[in-house]
Amino acid sequence: MAEIKVDCTGETCPIPLVETRKALRKAKSGDIVEVIGTHPSSKKEIPMAVKALGLELLDIQEKDGVWRIRIRR
Amino acid sequence: MADKTTIIVHSGDMDKVYSALIIANGSLAMGMEASIFFTFWGLQRLKKGALEKGPLSKMNMFGLGKLMVKLKMKKVGVASLERLLQDFKELGGKILACDLTMEIMGIKKEDLREDIISDYCAVGTYVSEARGSTITLFI
Repeated sequence: MAEIKVDCTGETCPIPLVETRKALRKAKSGDIVEVIGTHPSSKKEIPMAVKALGLELLDIQEKDGVWRIRIRR
Repeated sequence: MADKTTIIVHSGDMDKVYSALIIANGSLAMGMEASIFFTFWGLQRLKKGALEKGPLSKMNMFGLGKLMVKLKMKKVGVASLERLLQDFKELGGKILACDLTMEIMGIKKEDLREDIISDYCAVGTYVSEARGSTITLFI
């Protein structure tokens, strides 16, 4: 199972959401997608998208304004 | 049937085309389907090389206002309309071109970006897309 990293640091609406979706589409079932970013709303909204897509949210962390969200496809 | 967003882009203003593409991309990212129907001034933006050429809907000031907003957007890190359009296509969004506008304004298919247009159509296609949509917007 692969682990895919998506760096959206410095990107703003709607790119973190869009890049997350692009990565999830490319991932295979069971793969883990890790998204890193700084856009505050995306930290709340990526989990909403994960829920809407019926996928598993593994972890959300934030340190010094940089968040890290891990999702299992 | 998946949830769907259908947006009519009637305006060719830069800021309004941004609104449409951001909402459409957001819809796809949240697992919905999305279609954008470009008509009238909106369709002008699908001419070759015209996507970023729209004026600002307010305080354009002969392009000066737009320039200032563009500079600010660059500073904030806003994606270009071109990038949003490419992302929209990559995520499976549909771009529809209004053929009535093409007739009225004398626009030929070859004047438009045929590579990104899914279909050339009329109100019937819009209605059949919109009637199954949970979100419909006119911009």
